Amino acid sequence: MEVVVQNLRIAFPSPSGPLEAVRGVSFTLGQEKLAIVGESGSGKSLTARAIMRLLPRAAMLSADALRFDGIDVLNADENAMRRIRGGRAGLVMQDPKYSLNPVMTAGAQIAEAWRAHRGGTRRQAREAAVDLLAQVQIRDPGAVADRYPHQLSGGMGQRVMIAMMLAPDPELLIADEPTSALDATVQAEILRLIEDLVQRRGMGLILISHDLPLVSHFCDRVLVMYAGRVVEECRAGELARAQHPYTRGLLECLPILSEKRRRLAVLRRDPSWAAA
Amino acid sequence: MMIEVENLSVRYGTAYAARDVSFSVARGESFGIVGESGSGKSTVLRALAGLNRDWTGTIRVGGETVTPARDRAFFRRVQMVFQDPYGSLHPRQTIDRALSEPLLVHGIKDIETRIAAALTEVALPPSTRFRYPHQLSGGQRQRVAIARALMAGPEVLLLDEPTSALDVSVQAEVLNLLSDLQEKRGLTYILVSHNLAVVSHLCARIGVMQGGEMVEQLTAEDLRAGRTKHPHTEALRRLSVELEETDAQHGKAA
Ligand SMILES: Nc1ncnc2c1ncn2[C@@H]1O[C@H](COP(=O)(O)OP(=O)(O)OP(=O)(O)O)[C@@H](O)[C@H]1O
Ligand SMILES: Nc1ncnc2c1ncn2[C@@H]1O[C@H](COP(=O)(O)OP(=O)(O)OP(=O)(O)O)[C@@H](O)[C@H]1O
Ligand SMILES: [Mg+2]
Ligand SMILES: [Mg+2]
Repeated sequence: MEVVVQNLRIAFPSPSGPLEAVRGVSFTLGQEKLAIVGESGSGKSLTARAIMRLLPRAAMLSADALRFDGIDVLNADENAMRRIRGGRAGLVMQDPKYSLNPVMTAGAQIAEAWRAHRGGTRRQAREAAVDLLAQVQIRDPGAVADRYPHQLSGGMGQRVMIAMMLAPDPELLIADEPTSALDATVQAEILRLIEDLVQRRGMGLILISHDLPLVSHFCDRVLVMYAGRVVEECRAGELARAQHPYTRGLLECLPILSEKRRRLAVLRRDPSWAAA
Repeated sequence: MMIEVENLSVRYGTAYAARDVSFSVARGESFGIVGESGSGKSTVLRALAGLNRDWTGTIRVGGETVTPARDRAFFRRVQMVFQDPYGSLHPRQTIDRALSEPLLVHGIKDIETRIAAALTEVALPPSTRFRYPHQLSGGQRQRVAIARALMAGPEVLLLDEPTSALDVSVQAEVLNLLSDLQEKRGLTYILVSHNLAVVSHLCARIGVMQGGEMVEQLTAEDLRAGRTKHPHTEALRRLSVELEETDAQHGKAA
């Protein structure tokens, strides 16, 4: 599995002409953990969703190349795309409750995702669903499987989404802020689970996160986005020594537990960062 | 005391989502709640906010005992920002509608200037004003939710993971904004977050929840210094410190 993105552009119509939200993003991804960080509204979610062609209807998409494992995503028909979305690639979205079906229990949704890909009986699917819930560290997974989305806590909803996406055994996982509502202990366990899938099954990962310490610790490579462009790319471990003033600024606005800061530094954005 | 909670319990069926939770928050103070996922943090906030009427115990706001059903005056004093901003913003209402509604409900004038000011306060460009929630990024939606809660000038803000969908630069802006507002208007906050650095930045006192109970209350100073009593508090603290260390000091250790 390889993802190739070359000169990706996404724009939306507006009264004053098309507004470009993503402006020429390029990267390739293999069996690795790639992070996308960057400011809110910089185009992280749109970039990741373009790979699965899951964009808002109004979006205008173009690219020199956009391929998932050799499949031309720009020109593939709906059937081919459905095969990718339904199993080969999974997307964990930023607002979990919004993306879960409100009238189906958590267990039924995961079981459905599992069966769509692997077949098997209802009972087997249900067992697999409970097992997946346990793997994402849900306590009492049997009881939680029977709850509806509105009966789940925020972090449980996120984990149900993750379990659902892992059910078909994807080759690529795109996780958009997947652990932002989870406490540190559960977050660590889920990352360990994802790590295991990357190592053992050769899954590729795109992790969108604003948590720089986490990304630096967990991923291999980081793309830093600003105003629809990639402004810096570096090895994750070297994030703390990043060069771009925007990345430096990001690192300085973090509150830290071990040290009291009276007021947090804020970014002074320079118009030149957005320029070509 | 602005907020007093005594033996608050909430049950779903036979299971307790919150059990005998007690704490108090002085006027102009910030109290943080942390704890593992599913431990009952949002449950406590929702009972305080009057969104769940099925609780037992005592809740006093500004010295007055509140009943499960609340009146309009209560909602002007106490506002909540939800964990999932999609849940609190109506999908078919523009941002402009979402922000003007609290003003209309409470008969507040100057709608035009107040909306413009509110957008600036949470660093949203004016162009977002007439968009719908799905036309915004996740972080932009969360900022709309914060702006909306501030519209009617509340005394108490209940914040459920207000910055977990925000990038760190906007998070810093929102945290500074919350500090400034507290100084200017003497607001009282209860902040739920899994991020101990965020909670200890804003809150001088913190309650730790596990399995529906508040197992420890301590000061942010004690948390920073590692003077914890309960193992759950220590486990949460250790993980946060570990991540900070590998990043800040060694570039990457693992
Ligand atoms: N349907 C839409 N119509 C118009 N503009 C849109 C639409 N969807 C997204 N946008 C705009 O595109 C830009 C990029 O959005 P995107 O969701 O990719 O941001 P993001 O980097 O994921 O931000 P966040 O960290 O806040 O989630 C934003 O400015 C957003 O307002
Ligand atoms: N309407 C409901 N029906 C049944 N159980 C519920 C309902 N709402 C919440 N619960 C359960 O109550 C418990 C506490 O949930 P709560 O949302 O308060 O957790 P939380 O501490 O906010 O967690 P998180 O950090 O994941 O948001 C969970 O086990 C949850 O599944
Ligand atoms: Mg996003
Ligand atoms: Mg919650």
